[in-house]
Amino acid sequence: MSLRHGLWQDAWRRLRRNRAALASGVLLIAILCAALLLPLLSPYSYYAPDWDHLIEPPAFRGWHFLGTDALGRDLLVRTLWGCRISLLVGIAASLVTVTIGVLWGTIAGYVGGRVDALMMRSVDVLYSVPFIPFVIVLTVLFGRDLLLIFIAIGAVSWLDIARIVRGQTLALRNREFIEAARVAGVGTPAMILRHLVPNLIGIVIIYATLTIPTVILFEAFLSFLGLGVQSPMTSLGSLVAEGAGRMQSYPHLLLVPAVFLAAIVYAFNYLGDGLRDALDPRDR
Amino acid sequence: MRRYLLRRLLGAIPTLLVIATLAFAMLHAVPGGPFDAARPMEPEIRKAILAKYHLDEPVWQQYLHYLGDLARGNLGPSFQYRGTSVNELIAQGLPVDLAVGGTALLLALLAGTSIGLYAALHRNSRRDWLLMGLAVAGISIPLFVIAPVLVLVFALKLHWLPPGDWVAGSLAHLVLPAVALALPYTAYIARLTRGSALEVLGSAYIRTARAKGLPLRVVMLRHALRPTLLPVVSFLGPAIAGVITGSIVIETVFALPGIGRYFTLGALNRDYTLVMGITILYGALIIACNLLVDLAYALLDPRVRHEP
Amino acid sequence: MSNTATDTAPLLETRALRVTYGTPAGPVSVVREVDLAIRRSEFLGIVGESGSGKSQLLLALLGLSAPGARLTGSIRYAGTELIGAGDAALNRIRGDRIAMIFQDPMTALNPYLSVGVQISEVLELHRGLARAAALRRAAELLDAVQISDARRRLAQYPHELSGGMRQRVMIAMALACEPEILLADEPTTALDVTVQAQILALLRELRARTGTAVVLVTHDLGIVAELADRIAVMYAGRFVEEAPAETLFAASHHPYTEALKRSIPRIDAPLPERMASIPGNPPNPAELPPGCAFAPRCGFSEARCLGAVPLLRALGPQHRSACWRDAHE
Repeated sequence: MSLRHGLWQDAWRRLRRNRAALASGVLLIAILCAALLLPLLSPYSYYAPDWDHLIEPPAFRGWHFLGTDALGRDLLVRTLWGCRISLLVGIAASLVTVTIGVLWGTIAGYVGGRVDALMMRSVDVLYSVPFIPFVIVLTVLFGRDLLLIFIAIGAVSWLDIARIVRGQTLALRNREFIEAARVAGVGTPAMILRHLVPNLIGIVIIYATLTIPTVILFEAFLSFLGLGVQSPMTSLGSLVAEGAGRMQSYPHLLLVPAVFLAAIVYAFNYLGDGLRDALDPRDR
Repeated sequence: MRRYLLRRLLGAIPTLLVIATLAFAMLHAVPGGPFDAARPMEPEIRKAILAKYHLDEPVWQQYLHYLGDLARGNLGPSFQYRGTSVNELIAQGLPVDLAVGGTALLLALLAGTSIGLYAALHRNSRRDWLLMGLAVAGISIPLFVIAPVLVLVFALKLHWLPPGDWVAGSLAHLVLPAVALALPYTAYIARLTRGSALEVLGSAYIRTARAKGLPLRVVMLRHALRPTLLPVVSFLGPAIAGVITGSIVIETVFALPGIGRYFTLGALNRDYTLVMGITILYGALIIACNLLVDLAYALLDPRVRHEP
Repeated sequence: MSNTATDTAPLLETRALRVTYGTPAGPVSVVREVDLAIRRSEFLGIVGESGSGKSQLLLALLGLSAPGARLTGSIRYAGTELIGAGDAALNRIRGDRIAMIFQDPMTALNPYLSVGVQISEVLELHRGLARAAALRRAAELLDAVQISDARRRLAQYPHELSGGMRQRVMIAMALACEPEILLADEPTTALDVTVQAQILALLRELRARTGTAVVLVTHDLGIVAELADRIAVMYAGRFVEEAPAETLFAASHHPYTEALKRSIPRIDAPLPERMASIPGNPPNPAELPPGCAFAPRCGFSEARCLGAVPLLRALGPQHRSACWRDAHE
């Protein structure tokens, strides 16, 4: 117990020293708070058109801080709503990914033998299957349901995590405390859940954090193709796609959501890198 | 070596089978067939067409026909473009993708490895942080943001290059799409190279090389370069497969008549044979490219060469 | 084995050599105020536990310390000051006048290059030989280190050779240009005991033939017992005792040296009830006590040991010890 506590403190100290990761964490929290609170405080809604104020450039003061879009909707509010949806999709899909991957990996690693061989062989086969086209077709086929989108995206990235978790499980399996638990008669499912999973938390956090930007970008990509969330709901990807269409005359429509999207993805990447360095230190 | 190749090829079959089965399932999940829409047909003609495409047989038989066709490399007829097969459409799009994608990857390799090596040699300096920050930007900012911005600046505002379309043989039309496509690859390769170089430069055999009095240039080129680039070779496998099937984003933004564009139009217009055909092509390419990468590794790493 | 040249000037000499690294907790010195002199054909053994700084000392001599190391003091070779000398000057010496072999031949040889290339490149660089001539000479060198079938081995890769053979290749590589000094950083630690003996015998024979001076760093006192002319014992970055080999074994002075000797089981004595070991742990270079670094573990420590660091004092001909005890205590 105490050894594990020491590890976390060490990791936290190392993370704190990594300025890029810290700044990223702060930025993400700031964006999250803004995305949750500002739309509630702003007098503008994200979906109601305002025909008096079509496509106004950013004023940087007063209302319509960042301008309005083609239907007169406040761009800042729209963008923050977009952040909400993108973050929601990102985190939810990442959770799906991580859950599937961890379960698959721990079962394969712990049970071993033919079950392991079969499970990992499936992973190898699925690795070469081009999921992106399939997800695109699924979305076209079954409509643009938010739930479907993040299950589909989530189901795509679990392979990497499954492999890594299996590796870790194999390594952990032969450690003494597992032997001790086994001798004490702990059954397999309880073993996996209570003894193995807590030790995998470090790796899982790192990969979950690094999966989120991939998912957000993929959702943005789907939105760009016109296959993302339905109007008037909007994600950062849809906003960018809308903005790209008019970028010659009204660049702020593209730039505002693009900056938010880039900032979020950037921040998750730096944070993920920082977590990886903190929990598994090697030379940078 | 030959046994290894054989084993890999055999191992590829289940993967291809899975892809083909999934594709077939999708095709049949679509309500209505390829010939239901458009104009109504006389019953006899309709029956003849159904028979020709085996659409009147039970599903499992259609599946077998499908697999048989695939084995012969026949990806079926396009739903959208009546009278044209998927194979023909792919053949039309391929030259565009090879030109743009090939150029992009070449640029990315040259730029990415140079930047990565430079950053590793000047590790933790301000230049290193700047370059790696740009690299993270390159993989964080999506291509569908970068590409339109490039069009905006270089085509629409500065008028240096055309904003899109494809004119075979025209260098001007190649530049912008190739450069845009190269950017995320450059960023990824730069990060990969830097990480790999740092690991190699810290290894014991590099220290031995320095202890022999070899000048830095020799140490880098003869001792460090090959091990540093091996992960890049690995990365190139799927990258090549992706580039051959075309980047959907680049072809949309620049209106290029490549395979990626056909895929998007196919998806939006419900041309499922086209979409699935391209998907299968992509899967097969990934497998083939991974195999090539493994062969390359065997050539480059003597330790792999001597394995049974 | 006493052919120490007592009056010739040293080939390589250090004065107050200190190697310091910057850490988040402040500067840490891993080598402190080392005065070292190596004379022609001399065999110097440097003995110490891990963490004593012995490997860092060797690396510093050739300017191979990790990036971030700061060297102060002086290292003089053939009249040239090596600290601060640029890579160009150092590269003329490395591999040619002073060569080094390392601990783990599996990782110290480049797995992607053939054995032949790794040896011949030294000859091509420092002797200007063409590739073909260099490879011929490389085959002769492999013969000299007793690797059979030398011509075939040239085309092989390190992973195709056994551990002992790899270390012989390293030795061949190092001796290719007939250097004046060979630095050996624990060359036998990663090898089986029988192979260890072979490599040491090889070193002895080569040295007899070529007259190269050797500095052998090890944690095993037994290894240098037979081979070394002189032995320096290192602790916490400093030399704590230096003496001709026979003197060290017959009449050492420093408590650490004595403890080291005691911890080697003797074949001619009855088995002790407990293996003698030195109580405590080697100190962390970042947290050294103010006085003698060995004091916390020393059976003879007194108040003055904790107060000031003892310097090396002459106790006899070429015998120095860094301990506050009198020579006859």
